[in-house]
Amino acid sequence: MATTSPPGVGLLKGLGVTIKQMFKPAVTQQYPHVKPDLPPRTRGVIALMDENCTVCMLCSRECPDWCIYIDSHKETVPPAKEGGRARTRNVLDRFAIDFALCMYCGICVEVCPFDALFWSPEFEYSEYDIDKLLHEKGKLREWMDTVPPPPALDEGADAPGEVATAIEKANQELEAAKAKAAEEARAKEQGEQAPAAGDAAAAAPAEPEVKAGEIDQETFDRLIAEGKSERIARSKAKAAYVKKEKQRLKEQAEQQAAAAPAAEEPKVEAGEIDQETFDQLIAEGKSERMARAKAKAAYVKKQKAKLRAEAEQAGGGDAVEAPAAEGSGEAAAGEAAPSAAPRKADIEVEGAGEIDQETYDALIASGKSERIARSKAKAAWVRKKKQEQMDAEGDA
Amino acid sequence: MSIAEMANAAAGLAQFSPAPSLLEIGDSFWLSAVLKIAVVLAVFFVVPLVVGYMEHKVMGHQQARLGPMEAGPHGSLQLVADGIKFIQKEDLIPSAADKWVFAIAPGVAMVPAILIFLVLPLGPGIWGVDFELGLFYALAVGSVTTLGILMGGWASANKFSLIGGLRAAAQLIAYELPLILAGIAVALQAGTLSLVGIVEAQSTFFIPGTEINLWYLFPQILGFGIFFIAAMAELARPPFDMPIADSELVFGYMTEYTGIKYAMYMLTEYAGMVSMSALMVVLYLGGWQLLPGVPMPGCGGSGNIFDCNALGVGLGVAVTLGKIMLLTFLMVWARTTYPRLREDQLQRFSWLVLVPLSLLNLAIIAVAKGVF
Ligand code: SF4
Ligand code: SF4
Repeated sequence: MATTSPPGVGLLKGLGVTIKQMFKPAVTQQYPHVKPDLPPRTRGVIALMDENCTVCMLCSRECPDWCIYIDSHKETVPPAKEGGRARTRNVLDRFAIDFALCMYCGICVEVCPFDALFWSPEFEYSEYDIDKLLHEKGKLREWMDTVPPPPALDEGADAPGEVATAIEKANQELEAAKAKAAEEARAKEQGEQAPAAGDAAAAAPAEPEVKAGEIDQETFDRLIAEGKSERIARSKAKAAYVKKEKQRLKEQAEQQAAAAPAAEEPKVEAGEIDQETFDQLIAEGKSERMARAKAKAAYVKKQKAKLRAEAEQAGGGDAVEAPAAEGSGEAAAGEAAPSAAPRKADIEVEGAGEIDQETYDALIASGKSERIARSKAKAAWVRKKKQEQMDAEGDA
Repeated sequence: MSIAEMANAAAGLAQFSPAPSLLEIGDSFWLSAVLKIAVVLAVFFVVPLVVGYMEHKVMGHQQARLGPMEAGPHGSLQLVADGIKFIQKEDLIPSAADKWVFAIAPGVAMVPAILIFLVLPLGPGIWGVDFELGLFYALAVGSVTTLGILMGGWASANKFSLIGGLRAAAQLIAYELPLILAGIAVALQAGTLSLVGIVEAQSTFFIPGTEINLWYLFPQILGFGIFFIAAMAELARPPFDMPIADSELVFGYMTEYTGIKYAMYMLTEYAGMVSMSALMVVLYLGGWQLLPGVPMPGCGGSGNIFDCNALGVGLGVAVTLGKIMLLTFLMVWARTTYPRLREDQLQRFSWLVLVPLSLLNLAIIAVAKGVF
């Protein structure tokens, strides 16, 4: 610069910079009067969800400052079943973090395998007395209420671990119930057809049931013509018949499954928000982020309810007719698949993020933190859904 | 017989008749003395606080901050709060210090800073004394402040203080010369050393051959620049704050000072800013005259700026204070903008640039004075 401009110009430019800055707004934040706008992952204080803690001691061992103090004792839990083995359980007596020593590395939050430790952006807990920086269990539990909800998931993201696990579990139970129902149906059938029970039924237990004893005439004739013995020709023809019949039944089942979407849980476009809910939450002073997330959930819920109501009006007849058409026990196993399919989809569509409003409200009313209420309500919802499916299964 | 008359008599200059001060109350020497002291002390303690607050705020905003905000509305009482704090602080004297010298040094620095205000005209009739040697007196008394700084630096028994004190002395010697040479040029043009006389001379100075009234700022713009820079260096204001140089010398000659003594040094610095600015207002900016060639309302006399009524006096004081604030603002502006010079650059700048330029300025004025 000095080479291109005459001497002294740089000095004047400098004066220009400062005088211009003087009339620009200052960047100062008037902190105690105006609270800072902190990012959600701010490391302010560590909160403890003590009901999640299993006293595994990982956090305390990993803490580089050794500033987490945990005391616990073991309790014996009587066996769940008669003649079972008594088990032991750890009970947390004391959990304290000394924030005078803590260096906010976050390792404890990171290592906790049971989601018992969380970061909260709260930072105004300085004390005149260093002893008071030792936060005991109760105080750490109180910080839990200041932990912000986890950031909203991206569109199309996998469901969070715990929700996915819950859905997985629900699905497994559903499978088990279905298998049991099929088992019973077959047992019944086998009881009825005991005299005629062919080897085919035993050979394919999970396959759709077919009346044994019939033979496939075509195959029989062909085999006889080939010079096979009658016995061999008969047994092979029998097998062929069973195979063909099964094929037919399967196709039938698939057709029904294809028709099922009418009854399936309506799909809703994500991303829209329920303006009413949003406005209300903003008015209540919630942060925009939170309000948006909730409003989104509210929109999805509303929309689904609407679609479901429409579907029930339109497709009610089908839903009733479908099982009636099958009628006989022979179709019992075939029916389970199509009628269960929509419900399975049901969970997968709305499993993530759906909460049981009743439980949620009750928990909020009883003073729980929003996060806890949400996670419990979520669990309650999954449980309810499962129950409904079991009931439906029982009816079938 | 007033002080001025005694001084004049001693100097054998009986022909100078000082302009009367409005602060004279009849013939009562003591009453007028008390009034003058009260006015001078009020100016000495209040105006530097205002300047200090202005510096806080201007520096803050020029650095994208807000400056003080808590004490008083928009932090306006910050310096009052600071003063109270300084009074409460423990008065420490280092065990190795030269105790008496250490104790009186801040006073030696501060008293001359008060004394300057005695001769500075703040408005029509608002001055302590109109010395015939007013300019000489102001510059001479102002230099004594440096003695107080040197004493403090020496007596602290601290290497940082000592270096700071010596730097202050070296700086004074280097910059007193251009300061005085620039001042002499003004006195030469005005034909008097009396500060009131210089104001009067400016109000009656016309561009030769015309009726256009001008302040000395315009013919002596070079001299004004020299005087301004030299004044900042004299006051050890950034970018010429080598005697303090926080990043090198901790706090220079003030390192060992605490409490009220420290406050006295700080007050001296800000009062120095005010008195140097007032001096520049008198020498270059036409004193209490509103604009060149504009008669003051309610005033008459020479250049229409004397013999004022109450309105004229009030306006005159306001104009002077406004000009002082403007000049101190320039000093603050320079402080936020420029980094501190190196000690050798400081010396080189004075001896190789300012002194020759001020001699040139003096020569030009002398020639011009002879021609017209
Ligand atoms: S954040 Fe604090 S308590 Fe947690 S591991 Fe680091 S130092 Fe230990
Ligand atoms: S790591 Fe988690 S579960 Fe284990 S003791 Fe620490 S807080 Fe409890």
